[in-house]
Amino acid sequence: MSDRHPVLTMTAISKFFPGVRALDGVDFRLFPGEVHALMGENGAGKSTLIKVLTGVYGSDAGTIMLDGAPVSFTGPRQATAAGVSTVYQEVNLCPNLSVAENIFIGRQPQRFGTVNWREMRRRAGTLLARLDLDIDVGELLGGYSLAVQQMVAIARAVDVRARVLILDEPTSSLDADEVAQLMRIMRQLRDEGIAILFVTHFLDQVYEIADRITVLRNGRLVGEYPTADLPQYALVEKMIGKELDTLERLDEQAGRDLAAVETGVPVVEATGLARTGSVAPFSLTIHQGEVVGMAGLLGSGRTEVARLFFGADRADRGRLAVDGQPVTIRGPVAAIDRNIAFCSENRRTEGLVGDLSVRENIILAMQAARGWLRPVPRRRQDELVRRYVEALSIRPNDPDMPVRNLSGGNQQKVLLARWLITEPRLLILDEPTRGIDIGAKAEIQRLVVQLSDGGMAVLFISAELEEVLRLSHKVAVMRDRQLVTQLANDDSLDAERVMRVIASGAEQKGRDQA
Amino acid sequence: MTTWKARLPGVTGHRLFWPVVVLVTLVAANAVYRPSFLAIEVKDGHLYGSLIDILRLSAPLILVALGMTLVIATGGIDLSVGSVVAVSGAVACLYISRQPDQGDVGTVLTALVIAAGVALLLGAWNGMLVAVIGIQPIIATLILMVAGRGLAQLVTSGQIITINSSPYRMIGTGHLLTLPFAIILALAVTLAVAVLTRRTALGMIIEAVGGNAEASRLAGIRARRVKLLVYVVSAACAAVAGFMMTANVSSADGNSAGLWVELDAILAVVIGGTSLAGGRFYLSGTIVGALIIQTLTTSVYAMNIDPQTSLLFKAMVVIVVCLIQAPAFRARFRRRRGAAAPPPVPVDQQKEQVAAP
Repeated sequence: MSDRHPVLTMTAISKFFPGVRALDGVDFRLFPGEVHALMGENGAGKSTLIKVLTGVYGSDAGTIMLDGAPVSFTGPRQATAAGVSTVYQEVNLCPNLSVAENIFIGRQPQRFGTVNWREMRRRAGTLLARLDLDIDVGELLGGYSLAVQQMVAIARAVDVRARVLILDEPTSSLDADEVAQLMRIMRQLRDEGIAILFVTHFLDQVYEIADRITVLRNGRLVGEYPTADLPQYALVEKMIGKELDTLERLDEQAGRDLAAVETGVPVVEATGLARTGSVAPFSLTIHQGEVVGMAGLLGSGRTEVARLFFGADRADRGRLAVDGQPVTIRGPVAAIDRNIAFCSENRRTEGLVGDLSVRENIILAMQAARGWLRPVPRRRQDELVRRYVEALSIRPNDPDMPVRNLSGGNQQKVLLARWLITEPRLLILDEPTRGIDIGAKAEIQRLVVQLSDGGMAVLFISAELEEVLRLSHKVAVMRDRQLVTQLANDDSLDAERVMRVIASGAEQKGRDQA
Repeated sequence: MTTWKARLPGVTGHRLFWPVVVLVTLVAANAVYRPSFLAIEVKDGHLYGSLIDILRLSAPLILVALGMTLVIATGGIDLSVGSVVAVSGAVACLYISRQPDQGDVGTVLTALVIAAGVALLLGAWNGMLVAVIGIQPIIATLILMVAGRGLAQLVTSGQIITINSSPYRMIGTGHLLTLPFAIILALAVTLAVAVLTRRTALGMIIEAVGGNAEASRLAGIRARRVKLLVYVVSAACAAVAGFMMTANVSSADGNSAGLWVELDAILAVVIGGTSLAGGRFYLSGTIVGALIIQTLTTSVYAMNIDPQTSLLFKAMVVIVVCLIQAPAFRARFRRRRGAAAPPPVPVDQQKEQVAAP
């Protein structure tokens, strides 16, 4: 590979934000026809490096060379024109436009000075066929799943005759099949000579596809390694820069005793709860101190179940009891009154208020419960916020910083802190570790164990079976918007068995009504 | 850290810095054109002068803009304030004109209560359309913007109602503690709104709703009530402004009272740094914005600028203010002179500050 010239070289890139040194003299290079993984914890500077490269941010120091010529993009549009396309973690398309329009927006095929709609649809169809995506390109994009939207974003990026394709966590919302499909596309593009910069938190995917790995930590370059020379363990160590004992300690927690917690009156008990078009009738109990894991593919109805418990959506059938008392949860306010808390999987759109500070975001739910006429006294706010910023090691340790400026993992912790100060009895966590780094992930997992040991009931939703199995007393498996079974998490339960249930929905159907 | 040099970036970076600079520049320009502009004299125990006049004349706009700030912070907009000004002024004047003793304080107070009640109803109507029925704010308030004018015409029977009531006139042209009463009233309402939003949690809750409505709902905020409330507050502020404007001329004209005031109010809010997208709001910024607009209007008259071009002149100043406030524009400006300016050292200093504790 060294005999070839890199298509992209970034040298000594630095970028400062008020109060944060986001990048400090980082070097990065990218060869044609390779998949290069950019690794690092949240806040390590991965996203910033990409944004400097694509011109979203100007750099404070350093040079960028594309094909041996220095470049300085003033915006993503210019970068795209030069052959550097980006697909972001959060889909950056317009849900209210059609699929075809999204792919060709800004560069619509024209005829006699007007948009050639037929040509546009035809080309969009061809393009998507290349990605094995069989959808109606005339439909509105918003009608499709997040995964499909992601694929459309990639189709758009690829069609711009990209030489450098940047994929910023493209897989975080995809299920296994879709990831495999994406990998296939990445290989195909790589073989066509496109240089792919790949950012992900899934180590398996890195080892499956990446040719080389560059590791960042705290805005600094740790090193660049051929994937074959860097064992997984060493990679993790370089990313977090400390021993792995936090992770190991958690592994000892495996195998939790269901019988010990399933006593007395459950904190919540759903009986035949359902919402038409959203989730089929299901029954589920969560006891004090119990962690119920919820497994299933993306779109299998996991989130919908959580939303029914919290009143984010209203159930139209079935009964819900809290502490044995039948209740009707008309909305989040009613759920919060009964000490139910819900951390949504969409931190940015359904969780945090980006404009507000860390402090304000943390006290928001508590304040809402008190009503606006009784503000939480400033001293108490400061005390609560200080305690939780420390306990969850939220960084940077500045309660007055807008929460928008925090990295994903720290935002997740802020959202957690918001609910923890309300001292909930049932905590619903929807994908709390998605898109966050290993260190923060381990901290959140440990916290869940601690909280449940302290008597909190937890509904833990995650696409990662490993962590579901690590934390849960029992695992509820969702499939096609049905709760197909509940499995006690004893020694006999492993990821493979859960996966079989997810795949077939067959096993132990009898326990369904339990 | 405490030397003025270290503080300088903090001062120039303050969100009120540029609006205040513009305001001071406007005043200075007037002073150069006509040195007596800055003079303030005491006559019969009252303060007089151009600056006092500007304050007095800007009082209604300040009131309307304060309410508008809260509405905009929730991500909405209230186009109906001008009509509410007209309706409340008309109702108050109509009631007074029908009484045998127009100078009676009780009569005037009753008139104010009735008119304010009507305004609150109108505000609740707006709030209901937006928060309960879910009509887009610009459309919902457009309804009352149009219908309200008609309502005001109806109240005044298409005539200009003239009254002769010294207590009512007091609201617009009276004096208290050497200052025009209008200024004191505007100050009092400003204080009330500031206390209402910043001494309670209302301000933060409004900002949360405007910043991310769905996240706020899931955090347990009753967004509907908050939205309803801000439209009611906005109408209440507009009503007080309506009293002031009609008291100024001792007559109510359903057709022209408060005409286009909604546009000036929106401008004042934007100049003050509150985003039309909702979220963070700045009452102090709004007041500076309102003062800029009134100073502009006064300057246009004082400098004998051709009335036909005065609107253009006003627009140009507003564009300049908005531009220098836009982060993107400032970044571009900085980049252009970046070669001459030293690298951003202050950022480094701040970094140390953060790292220290």
